[in-house]
Amino acid sequence: MAEFSTPTTEHEFAENFAQLKPLMNRTEALYESARCLFCFDAPCIQACPSGIDIPQFIRQINSGNDTGAARTIYAANYFGNACGKVCPTEVLCEGACVYNLQEVKPIEIGRLQSYATTKAIQENKKLFAPGADNGRRVAIIGAGPAGISCACELRSLGYEVDVFEAQAQPSGLTVYGVAPYKITNEETLAEMAYLQAQLGYSVQYNSPISSREQLAELEAQYDAIFLGIGLGETNELGLPGEDKINCTGAVEFIAELRQRHHEIKVGRRVIVLGGGNTAMDAASESARLGAEDVVLAYRRGKEEMGAYEFEYDLAKGVGVKGLFNVAPLEIVGEDYVTGVRFIRTETAGGRVREIAGSEFELPCDMVIKATGQAKRAGFMSLIPGLETDGKGRIVADAVTGQTTNPKYFASGDARNGGAEVVNATAEAKLAARGIHAFLSK
Amino acid sequence: MPDLSIDFAGIKAPNPFWLASAPPTNSGYQVMKAFDAGWGGAVWKTLGVPVVNVSSRYGGVNYRDKRLVGFNNIELISDRPLADNLREIEEVKKRFPNHAVIASLMVQSRQEWHDIVRASQDAGADGLELNFGCPHGMCERGMGSAVGQEPRVLQMITEWVMEVAKVPVIVKLTPNISDITEPAQAARRAGADAISLINTIQSIVGVDIDQFAPYPIVDGQGTNGGYCGPAVKPIALNMLKNCAQHPDVRLPISGIGGIENWRDAVEHILLGASSVQICTAAMHFGFGIIRELTSGLEEYMLDKGFNTIYDFVGKALPNVRHWEDLNMKYKVTAHIHEEKCIGCQLCYTACEDGAHQAIKLNAGTRVPEIIEENCVGCNLCSLVCPVEECITMDRTDDGTQHLTWKQRTEAGTAPTEFNDEKAGGRHHWVPEPAAALGKERHKTLPGRARVISGETEVPAV
Ligand SMILES: Cc1cc2nc3c(=O)[nH]c(=O)nc-3n(C[C@H](O)[C@H](O)[C@H](O)COP(=O)(O)OP(=O)(O)OC[C@H]3O[C@@H](n4cnc5c(N)ncnc54)[C@H](O)[C@@H]3O)c2cc1C
Ligand SMILES: Cc1cc2nc3c(=O)[nH]c(=O)nc-3n(C[C@H](O)[C@H](O)[C@H](O)COP(=O)(O)O)c2cc1C
Ligand code: SF4
Ligand code: SF4
Ligand code: SF4
Repeated sequence: MAEFSTPTTEHEFAENFAQLKPLMNRTEALYESARCLFCFDAPCIQACPSGIDIPQFIRQINSGNDTGAARTIYAANYFGNACGKVCPTEVLCEGACVYNLQEVKPIEIGRLQSYATTKAIQENKKLFAPGADNGRRVAIIGAGPAGISCACELRSLGYEVDVFEAQAQPSGLTVYGVAPYKITNEETLAEMAYLQAQLGYSVQYNSPISSREQLAELEAQYDAIFLGIGLGETNELGLPGEDKINCTGAVEFIAELRQRHHEIKVGRRVIVLGGGNTAMDAASESARLGAEDVVLAYRRGKEEMGAYEFEYDLAKGVGVKGLFNVAPLEIVGEDYVTGVRFIRTETAGGRVREIAGSEFELPCDMVIKATGQAKRAGFMSLIPGLETDGKGRIVADAVTGQTTNPKYFASGDARNGGAEVVNATAEAKLAARGIHAFLSK
Repeated sequence: MPDLSIDFAGIKAPNPFWLASAPPTNSGYQVMKAFDAGWGGAVWKTLGVPVVNVSSRYGGVNYRDKRLVGFNNIELISDRPLADNLREIEEVKKRFPNHAVIASLMVQSRQEWHDIVRASQDAGADGLELNFGCPHGMCERGMGSAVGQEPRVLQMITEWVMEVAKVPVIVKLTPNISDITEPAQAARRAGADAISLINTIQSIVGVDIDQFAPYPIVDGQGTNGGYCGPAVKPIALNMLKNCAQHPDVRLPISGIGGIENWRDAVEHILLGASSVQICTAAMHFGFGIIRELTSGLEEYMLDKGFNTIYDFVGKALPNVRHWEDLNMKYKVTAHIHEEKCIGCQLCYTACEDGAHQAIKLNAGTRVPEIIEENCVGCNLCSLVCPVEECITMDRTDDGTQHLTWKQRTEAGTAPTEFNDEKAGGRHHWVPEPAAALGKERHKTLPGRARVISGETEVPAV
């Protein structure tokens, strides 16, 4: 029996995908904030990629200054609300909380952060204002965490900002990629609307920038261009049978899931290929959609998986089974997927070796490939002088975000190769300052 | 099991835990319920002149997530008819002959005092407590703390009571006075059998910052009330000690103020109380706390080998001395037990900013280090450290020398001039003032957040 029955209504979907970090009420926030020790030079701040002054905002919550707390959070991070919910806090702030060393539960920093910011958003507190118009214009490509954060910071510095987004909604993978039990679409979009209403940048949706002509036009009309384009589609495996129906990329599967919820169809027996966080998410999500049997197949040993331990635990917790040291050889089936043919592997001296003669077939009716996202190489090649590194990441100054084409700046997944929302937002805030410094010369 | 029973100035009770005169002793119903639960005695809610109460009566002090660390009220004495109270006292006494029922009293004229004392005795009260303490409402009418603050008036009224009293008389003292031993001595001069202290401390417990009025709010306004609860224990203990040590008081003392658990009670007893009274804790958690109080007291007595309460009444008093009698040769130094340290660095910032710059941080570790030469042994770091026994204050003198301020003064070796070589801090190291500037700005204002918001490394705006 599957852990979850297939959700058929929005209500059932919400139950199966119940929030891992539900919103705190005032009493809970009071109790939790009271536990904080208010450390000196707090390690939690150091562990936060956006450097939020955590003890400060927790103290503000504790003294009943929730709006001040939201202000503190947003001063460092424009995705303050989303980050509180989607950040892997176990390996960031909460993982660094001194309580861990006492074997005491760390402060629930993420939930406190969402508590204060949700309140500010719901009460529509005025926390931001655009800076005095400085007469300059910046175009931003991509309305993900990087693009939106850059837009916010530039607006506060007095720039006119136009964002061009291929999709129909803002926040990038926050609304198209992150697991639904971490954040709801409503929550994500509420923060986006809140920011845009106060800072006043424009966003043009369904407007992919895909030709040299479009770029040339932007170059002519704007003083600088920021690339917040993230990563692309799921990498091809290069295996026979990959084109069969019900063999899909994880990012594509999740994007559909986030938009269509219970209306999406999942197989009864699902095989997820990969060992990273996206694989864990796709496996968990399949199980929560009611798949009876979800197998996570990974080429190497359990310990070698790239996924965070708590993400694997989460998947195991909903009944996902791990299958390690197996490499897929072929997706089998007629039109539809009927199974995956694997070969067993062993790792010796860090290298994976296939064990001859150990082939076997595992039946399934859906395959989800969580084998990494491709870089947007085609698009990047349209920008003259834009260099990428050996891994296809945009080369840019670590602080200012300026690329090898001085008019272009970049941050987020496109530059760091794929990290978290918090990295994208923090880096983009810096890049906005980099743009400002460049244009103020 | 140890014997918890007491004979307090002739008032017998199965244990030293009495409910103080307050709302929990407002009715026979409550007192019976308390005795049923295990309380040893009850001082009835003060009986006396007729009063009318206002609505909205209590205010609280919360600390972070903890409620009622302090509590205040603007309530008056019992507003129930005297006859009802007396009838219920009689009923309780019949049902609980071995428990202590004490009538708390507050009236004005000599005749009224005589009448109410007689009536209470007739009802079967084991003792009387004279309420010279209420700091609001009653004092304006020349009663309560208005009496407690005037030792001569207190003495006179107590003498009136003693004229007709046949049961032990306890005088309850107000803390709203600079020297509590003066009313205590007056009580003794008047022939009282015992004293109890403290009553509530005049207070404003907080201000509603939206309504611009003090708590508790009565139709947009408020008044000063009486403060009690855990926060007042230190004040009560000091006043208790003052009375217990005073050579001209020498009366049994019922300790009151901030008692919530057995430890608090033991502290009161060690400083001279031979019964304890409790109000706020019972108002907060109900009568059930008596189980923890008695069990804790019993375990403590077993542990220490005490058979009765009297084995340790006042046992700490000989160790409470004047400052000038303390050994100046005694020296403790902070010691961080690294294996317990969780690296919060609260000790560092406390000593650095609030004490003697005797703790330093080293690169590559979050465990701070004590600079022993600079440590004056003030305890601050060990008090702020959130981990039990992580910072200990270890004795560093050899324990062979003893020299007090008094001895130094007598021997003429005490410093006397402003820049005296013999003065304490004279050779103590302090950093140059300007060394403070920018010292830890990058850490306190807050680390990476500053980088991200562009205040360091990042291109300036
Ligand atoms: C499955 C999955 C789960 C994840 N879970 C988490 C999580 O739980 N927590 C977490 O912190 N992070 C998570 N991440 C990572 C996180 O979502 C990303 O690091 C973050 O969204 C990166 O932000 P970005 O702005 O750089 O890119 P994106 O979020 O990818 O945004 C890029 C935007 O640019 C648009 N765009 C791209 N090219 C063009 C173009 N040519 N013209 C116009 N628009 C364009 C895209 O449509 C998109 O909206 C997850 C990622 C995935 C794939
Ligand atoms: C609401 C309230 C009413 C009180 N009424 C009386 C009273 O009528 N007579 C009296 O002697 N003391 C009165 N007190 C004082 C208490 O008896 C006691 O002295 C004081 O609260 C300190 O003890 P605690 O810290 O255990 O509360 C009252 C206290 C409170 C909180
Ligand atoms: S490390 Fe933990 S206890 Fe210390 S300030 Fe951060 S959240 Fe609070
Ligand atoms: S005892 Fe006082 S002086 Fe010594 S290290 Fe601790 S805080 Fe500093
Ligand atoms: S206060 Fe205690 S736990 Fe915190 S750094 Fe100092 S010694 Fe370590």
